[in-house]
Amino acid sequence: MSDQSIIKTGLTLAMIAAICTALVALTFQATRERIAANEKALLEQSLQPALAGTFYDSGVSESRLVLPPPHGLPGNDPAVIYRVFAEGEPVAALFAVTARDGFSGPIRILVGIDVDGMVTGVRILQHRETPGLGDKIESARSNWVFQFDGRSMGDPVATGWAIEIDGGEFDQLTGASVTPRAIIKAIRDTLIYFETHQDAIFLSESSGEDK
Amino acid sequence: MTSGGLIERLRTGLWKDNPGLVQLLGLCPLLAVTTTTINGVGLGIATLLVLTCSNALVSATRRWIRQEIRIPIYVLIIASLVTCVELIFKAWFPSLDRSLGIFIPLIVTNCAIVARAEIFASRNTIGASIVDGLGMGAGFAALLIALGVFRELVGQASILGFSFAESGFLLAILPPGAFFALALAVALKNRIDRKPGR
Repeated sequence: MSDQSIIKTGLTLAMIAAICTALVALTFQATRERIAANEKALLEQSLQPALAGTFYDSGVSESRLVLPPPHGLPGNDPAVIYRVFAEGEPVAALFAVTARDGFSGPIRILVGIDVDGMVTGVRILQHRETPGLGDKIESARSNWVFQFDGRSMGDPVATGWAIEIDGGEFDQLTGASVTPRAIIKAIRDTLIYFETHQDAIFLSESSGEDK
Repeated sequence: MTSGGLIERLRTGLWKDNPGLVQLLGLCPLLAVTTTTINGVGLGIATLLVLTCSNALVSATRRWIRQEIRIPIYVLIIASLVTCVELIFKAWFPSLDRSLGIFIPLIVTNCAIVARAEIFASRNTIGASIVDGLGMGAGFAALLIALGVFRELVGQASILGFSFAESGFLLAILPPGAFFALALAVALKNRIDRKPGR
């Protein structure tokens, strides 16, 4: 190619790149607000089931606390804590943490714990466990995840926080024991963390950008 | 394009040269997401949209694209379109977007799309390219939906999320089930084509 045709070719490429970028930018502008609203609605909606039976002030998603690792909670990605208040008084906290030892990759779970250290609810936020086996951890697919409601550190004691075949008190899932093991361990570690850090959690300033 | 040629072009994409059944292109998303009907519909529509628009754009720019830079330009066009479709899904079909997950952005890597750009859109008029994109896209979408319906029906004993039996034949929604279902579909197509009189 001659020098001139290289310049011409380069210009064509640059022009198409500019047009494509403009197209993406326009779509982004047009969809940005809707996507943000969807994400916030989804977040509030996904937090609610882990707070079953609790009365609380709205705007839970605004009281979030983002802890960068190392934070002492399960997982090595940032942990998110939502503080839940009722008429200004702390009533519970929600922990979005990661169980790292799932069967296929990390499992992001949400653990709700009230101020007495009792589990208000557990929900699975994200996972890639085997369809039909490990995915029974989803509340939509089985009751497995409800067995933690009302339990705490002491009910059962630490050694009881395991699946039955490991000598614990909780049900396993047929055909999947790695998945329940990972989740139970993450819940237990979160409960232990809550016991020791409770005061600090409710006193901290909210952090992280509001999504 | 004459209406006869138009119908022929659509028929080519939908049946004769179906990207999934005959060309066996874009099998990764095809096998991965077809665990349910709604996933098949979602990815099918997304692919159809991207394929039709990319064919139109590639055809519209074909006169000033030099041979040496055509591949980067296809990549640019397809990647931009996929990003737009992804944003649109996130804004208007958030639950579908969540269940399709990574496979929306991965439409970029669907070789059926770049293949149509290279084989057809770069040599034909905009109108013909759009029809080709529609035909091929619809062919791919139809296969996705058929596999989705079949696997959901057999694997979860449900249709569009309404279950009618306690549990299905699990294998159908696991990865091997995808290969079995595709093999059945390909075999069925070959069987129909071999019938005398066609």
